[in-house]
Amino acid sequence: MAKSIAYEFGKGLWKEIPPFRLVLGLCPVLAVTTSLQNGVGMGLATTFVLVCSNILVSMLRKVIPSKVRIACFIIIIATFVTVVELLMQAYAYTLYLQLGIFIPLIVVNCLVLGRAEAFAYKNPIIHSLSDGLGMGIGFTLSLGALGAVREIIGSGELLGYSVFGSSFKPFTFLIEAPGAFVCLGLMLAIMNLASKK
Amino acid sequence: MREMIKMVLVLTILSSFSGGLLAALKNGTQEKIEYQELQNVKGPAIEKILEGCENDPIVDRFKVADGEQERSFFVGIFDGKPKSIAFETYGKGFAGKVGVIVGVNLEDGSMLGAQVTTHNETPGVGSKAQDDPSFVSQFANKTVTDSFGVKPDGGNIDAIAGATITSRGVCMAVTEAGEIYKRLKPEIVKQLEKFNK
Repeated sequence: MAKSIAYEFGKGLWKEIPPFRLVLGLCPVLAVTTSLQNGVGMGLATTFVLVCSNILVSMLRKVIPSKVRIACFIIIIATFVTVVELLMQAYAYTLYLQLGIFIPLIVVNCLVLGRAEAFAYKNPIIHSLSDGLGMGIGFTLSLGALGAVREIIGSGELLGYSVFGSSFKPFTFLIEAPGAFVCLGLMLAIMNLASKK
Repeated sequence: MREMIKMVLVLTILSSFSGGLLAALKNGTQEKIEYQELQNVKGPAIEKILEGCENDPIVDRFKVADGEQERSFFVGIFDGKPKSIAFETYGKGFAGKVGVIVGVNLEDGSMLGAQVTTHNETPGVGSKAQDDPSFVSQFANKTVTDSFGVKPDGGNIDAIAGATITSRGVCMAVTEAGEIYKRLKPEIVKQLEKFNK
């Protein structure tokens, strides 16, 4: 059953890249990707939670009774999310201000629970670790890409530097919530088109 | 029965372990988080309001009990005398609370300025209350104990175009600041004597 570790890691980067292929965890994908920095920050926070919870769930998979497994997963995930929240407040406060409520909401991110349930509960630790890491990096890349597109077109900047010069009138629609849906939809379409062959 | 006991045991151990970890982390980061809040949100706003003061208002602060809560006041020393204070109040914006820090000159009750701190207003619309200095600059040199309102409501402050509710929230916060100032002035004056060198 267990495939190679490299496969588990690599699948999260393209074949099963979370927001585009699994279409999981869309709430933060839509809400925080107003800029590249926010997208990557959110992605890294989720990656941390994903890797830690995958490792712990996999470690405890023989101990956790299957009837209460979801409750156990939630406790584990919620603990790591709170760890991230506190650490971010203490060491990356500006990012915390930007992400706000979406950090605690990682708890209910289907992606994290989904990986714990569908993968880590059934697989050995090393495989779960690489699965979490791969999925997390795939998630971060997707959020970063979406954030970058929205930031460049929506505010004419990238990481605070002006891209088009001062004559560019930002297309602020993309920064707002409906713009996130449109942008995500277009990127999904492009990804489907690219992998169709 | 055995299974039942196992479920309870696993959940209990898991929860208590997570509780302990989080409590320890919370204790460890609390000081750092408070410091970050002061540095990143309130600090810059206070410095802008009390511009040109001779001390560091973030260090020179005191608390006054107001009913059930405590309010922090930041002292600005000009010409060797603690002439001004800054403090934070809240108004109701378009999406939750809008925090406003108001600076007051104690000699004549005039406002040195106001700055929006924490808010969840729409980016590019309501967020102008924080980013666009021409809105908050309307409060400078007005008497803090006046009541403020936006012009569509028959008040004296020009609202931000498209963000009347946010502007109204800021006016509410400043009006509230005037009431707090009236109520706590004797106590503030008493506390300020400590800073008189």
